Amino acid sequence: MYLVLFFIFATFCVLGALNLLLQRHPINSALSLIVVMTSLAVLYLLLGAEFLAAAQVIVYSGAIMVLFTFVIMLLNAGEEERTRGSKAAYLVGFPGAAAILGLLTFVFLSEKTPLGAARLGDYLVSTGDLSKVLFKDLLLPFEVTSVLILIAILGAVALARKEQS
Amino acid sequence: MVVPIAYYLILSAILFSIGVAAFLIKRNIITVFMSIELMLNAVNLTFVAFAHQWHHVSGQIFVFFVMVVAAAEAAVGLAIIIAIFRTRNTLDVDQVNLMKL
Repeated sequence: MYLVLFFIFATFCVLGALNLLLQRHPINSALSLIVVMTSLAVLYLLLGAEFLAAAQVIVYSGAIMVLFTFVIMLLNAGEEERTRGSKAAYLVGFPGAAAILGLLTFVFLSEKTPLGAARLGDYLVSTGDLSKVLFKDLLLPFEVTSVLILIAILGAVALARKEQS
Repeated sequence: MVVPIAYYLILSAILFSIGVAAFLIKRNIITVFMSIELMLNAVNLTFVAFAHQWHHVSGQIFVFFVMVVAAAEAAVGLAIIIAIFRTRNTLDVDQVNLMKL
């Protein structure tokens, strides 16, 4: 059952990512990216990361993708033109990406037994466990990220504001 | 029934490679930005898989911070995209090749 669930949502992930690559309209790409992120949330749940699954749905497929679709609609982005693109990207990019994939797959498959296996529910990180580490050992980095977010908000507003002249 | 951790890692390698390919061949600046998000998600899956393998919580803490930084990055990046569109009236990365207007 666990294996079946994994393969269903892994297939969703890969199909969504391929659809992002193949669609020409940015809104279609954005919607397929939402499929990828939501399926990844299910995979996090299968790995026992319940808080991260919720955060993935809320932050990624909620906030960030809403921002993306909002910008796509705000700018009225049409279909991208079929241009020749850069030669180097085609000549180096595809073989490079395929080489990375092949190498990583080979390494992971040859190390399959030492890497072990995941069983459903054998290691569940509750929100409490996570927050104990986050608010005790890592309190300073946590507070620094809030400053980072504040600066990001200010920067976004300053950049996207209309020039008054 | 168990799922080998290697399968999760291979899935994340597949997603990362698709993200690299989309980053290189897409011409729309928003789609290029979305493929960066796809790569970040692929790496997050690796972190969670290894956190599960080592039975250690710090992998998930990493993912939490990556999510926070990705949210900040998305806000700033989309603001830059809006600014580019306002000055050049295009989203095609091929036409955004001069620093001066």
